[in-house]
Amino acid sequence: MTTTPTPVSLPGSLNANRRLSQWLAINPDGTVTVRTGKVELGQGIATALAQIVCEELGVAASRIRMVAASTAASPNEGVTAGSMSVHDSGGALRQVSAEARAIYLQAAALELNLSDSDAARLTVVDGSIQTSSGEAISSYWTLASQAMLDRDATGLARPGKVSSTAAMQRLDIPDKVTGRPRFVHDMMLPGMLFGRVLHPPSPGATLLGIDLTVVDALPGVVATVRDGSFLGVLASDEYAAVKALAKLAALASWQEPQTLPDMHELPAFLRGQQHDTMLVGEKTSEPVAGVTRQFQASYSRPFIAQASAAPSCAVARYSPDLLEVWTHSQGIFNLRADLSTIFGLQEGQVRVQHAEGAGSYGHNGADDVACDAALLARAVPGHAVRVQWTREDELSHSPLGAAMAVDVKAEVSSDGRIVDWQHEVWSNGHSMRPGRSKTPVLLAATHLAKPYDRQVAINMPLASGGGSERNSVPTYDFAAWRAISHRCLSMPIRTSSLRSLGAHCNVFASESFVDEIATGLGVDPLEFRLRHLTDPRAKDVLTAVAGMANWHSLRSTKVEGRGVGIAFARYKNTGAWCAVVALVDAGHELRVKNLWIAVDVGRAVHMDGIVNQIEGGAIQAVSWTLKEAAQFDRTRITSSTWETYPILRFSEVPAVQVEVIDRPEQKSLGSGEATNGPVSAAIANAIFNALDVRVRHMPFTMDAITKAALAEENS
Amino acid sequence: MTSREIKLNLNGRVCAVDAEENTPLLYVLRNECDLKGTRFGCGAAQCGSCHVLIDGVSVASCDMPLWSAASKAIVTVEGLSQSGELSALQQAFIDEQAAQCGYCISGILISATELLQKNHQPTEADVHAALDKHLCRCGSHNRIVRAVLRAASKVAA
Repeated sequence: MTTTPTPVSLPGSLNANRRLSQWLAINPDGTVTVRTGKVELGQGIATALAQIVCEELGVAASRIRMVAASTAASPNEGVTAGSMSVHDSGGALRQVSAEARAIYLQAAALELNLSDSDAARLTVVDGSIQTSSGEAISSYWTLASQAMLDRDATGLARPGKVSSTAAMQRLDIPDKVTGRPRFVHDMMLPGMLFGRVLHPPSPGATLLGIDLTVVDALPGVVATVRDGSFLGVLASDEYAAVKALAKLAALASWQEPQTLPDMHELPAFLRGQQHDTMLVGEKTSEPVAGVTRQFQASYSRPFIAQASAAPSCAVARYSPDLLEVWTHSQGIFNLRADLSTIFGLQEGQVRVQHAEGAGSYGHNGADDVACDAALLARAVPGHAVRVQWTREDELSHSPLGAAMAVDVKAEVSSDGRIVDWQHEVWSNGHSMRPGRSKTPVLLAATHLAKPYDRQVAINMPLASGGGSERNSVPTYDFAAWRAISHRCLSMPIRTSSLRSLGAHCNVFASESFVDEIATGLGVDPLEFRLRHLTDPRAKDVLTAVAGMANWHSLRSTKVEGRGVGIAFARYKNTGAWCAVVALVDAGHELRVKNLWIAVDVGRAVHMDGIVNQIEGGAIQAVSWTLKEAAQFDRTRITSSTWETYPILRFSEVPAVQVEVIDRPEQKSLGSGEATNGPVSAAIANAIFNALDVRVRHMPFTMDAITKAALAEENS
Repeated sequence: MTSREIKLNLNGRVCAVDAEENTPLLYVLRNECDLKGTRFGCGAAQCGSCHVLIDGVSVASCDMPLWSAASKAIVTVEGLSQSGELSALQQAFIDEQAAQCGYCISGILISATELLQKNHQPTEADVHAALDKHLCRCGSHNRIVRAVLRAASKVAA
């Protein structure tokens, strides 16, 4: 009887995609092809991964050819989300590159008949294999052969043989400053048609009727498509498609029931639904004698739009046995699963390839528009079809980040320590990505003549980071605590992942609350936090940010209308440590003037990329916090333009200073989402410091601050 | 609605296009002239992604009819480099790594070019004012402002 040995555990996504050649090819022409299942979202991941390969393989950056992820050829790495790419794909590529390097050095040693000790001293300088005296004896390029990497990883080679290279410049920026085509929006295939889709005007709408012959007769129109409440048009030139879409909108008549909640009463709406309730976690202790103070407060955030700079776009080409799709989806394999169901094709008959879109911060319309394009392409087999959404669609038909309500309660002992902490959150689920539900979740799937049921967003398991409950567990060393999450079982407004998921509002709530308790006790909020922390990395980011901002001096010098606030979290409780100080000016309008941010993301792979992500996440969080809320009446989402859904502008952006505490000996952690919660809380705490008004409901418009001030006066 | 040949003065060259005269310039640039750098963001002149220089002024091309652009000097992001050499602004954006997704960058480069042509020593506030019509969702604003100031100092030097 034979037994199969348990395969050795390998880093990141390599564990499930073990063949080296799936990731890497060393080519005789002096280039290195790198395949990853993670996708470029504007976060610079392609550059960070290229840098890892350069470091471990020992080659110059100019030799790297990053291949866009495709279901046909790339390792399946699931979704590019949750700040996991450096861990998943970077961990895999670091090991793959180290193994490839070892294989090539071994081949060189064998060819030249080197002794073991000489072989051990070989080095690699930009692909040239050299002896310890610097003599070039071979190179990757002369040895290059596909077969050498056509084997599974062993886990034996140890990464880290090559010293770190200087931070690489982003590979894509030269194209972007010269206007070269890079985005899926720029793709042109021979004979390509331009498509537009008229989505139902409200989440509950169904199409009553439309006379398509009028649209069919318009110049340039090639075809119209109706399938249930799904309507689209194809034209030979783009402006003809744009005009035909306007005509479709004018002609279509809809039944629109009132299905949406009262946007002014979101916390009550969230609490009033049926829920799937879970105990996220708890820690119990003997009751502490001498509890002197009890605190409690409620916080909330509204629905927040992805508000991507570009409307979602996709290209599709259909033949009876192959559907090809080019998409800026964050999860090409998951998208493939939903498309194969809708089109009745085997997964092998659906080929999904990534092409860049504008920045993506969660689950935007990318997957939905890919389905739209495929549905239109099916009407004209053999023709490539490019479908682009309108700005209105992008703001009102993409999934929104879920509204949330959070209650926090605490008991404080006579020596000024929090001894019991209760965190309770109500929210729709934060995950409705394709490929995970029992039926397809793509927008058009629910509009077809044979529709798929609308699914309700779920939360990923806590081990995968959770959703609503992310960061509901305190980061502090409280003697006792309990975290409870209520996921709404109805979903009148489509919600899915938005950068940091539930962590944004949970951290906003808990870090505002810590500030309320500290100020209530008359204790410096920095000192109060440090009092409840033993984790040295947590203390380090707090101490670092206090130093950067000159915290004590700012807090002790009172300036009319100016306030400073601090906040901290360890993202997902297992990821990056991040502390933020915000300085606000609350004169006739509220301005965030400065943000100081200290982060610990373990080993810093691409320093400038990390700083860019931290800055970007922080500025986006300022925008959410001060300005953003999806608007709706009882039928339609009405915030569908940049006028009705304003975001932060250049003149409103704070100065942002970032310090990264590099820990080369620690594993790398993602940086894209660490700042969102702490920034919102630091702003709220700074507003309190400036105005003695506690704002607990985002966004902090002047109206909201006035309302909070009046509520305090009346209480 | 008439379709006729219209001659555009585009990036210093004459470009003849055959399109309906009310077609927004943006679609003509992207699909007839194969200049993909000018990008659609909203179609309502509210985001800045589609800006081009028209006789030296940065304007939205998504709501500008083709006929009104005829006989004017149009410069797109592709026209900012001269014989393959990057402009000081383009180089500064690379030096500062002033982009995340980069979708908004073309339009921003156009407005920054206009600014530096009119004001050789802009302050940070001047840059904010010039770019306030441009939306960036990734939060690259501060890098972008640094890049514009860097280019200004290079040009002034």
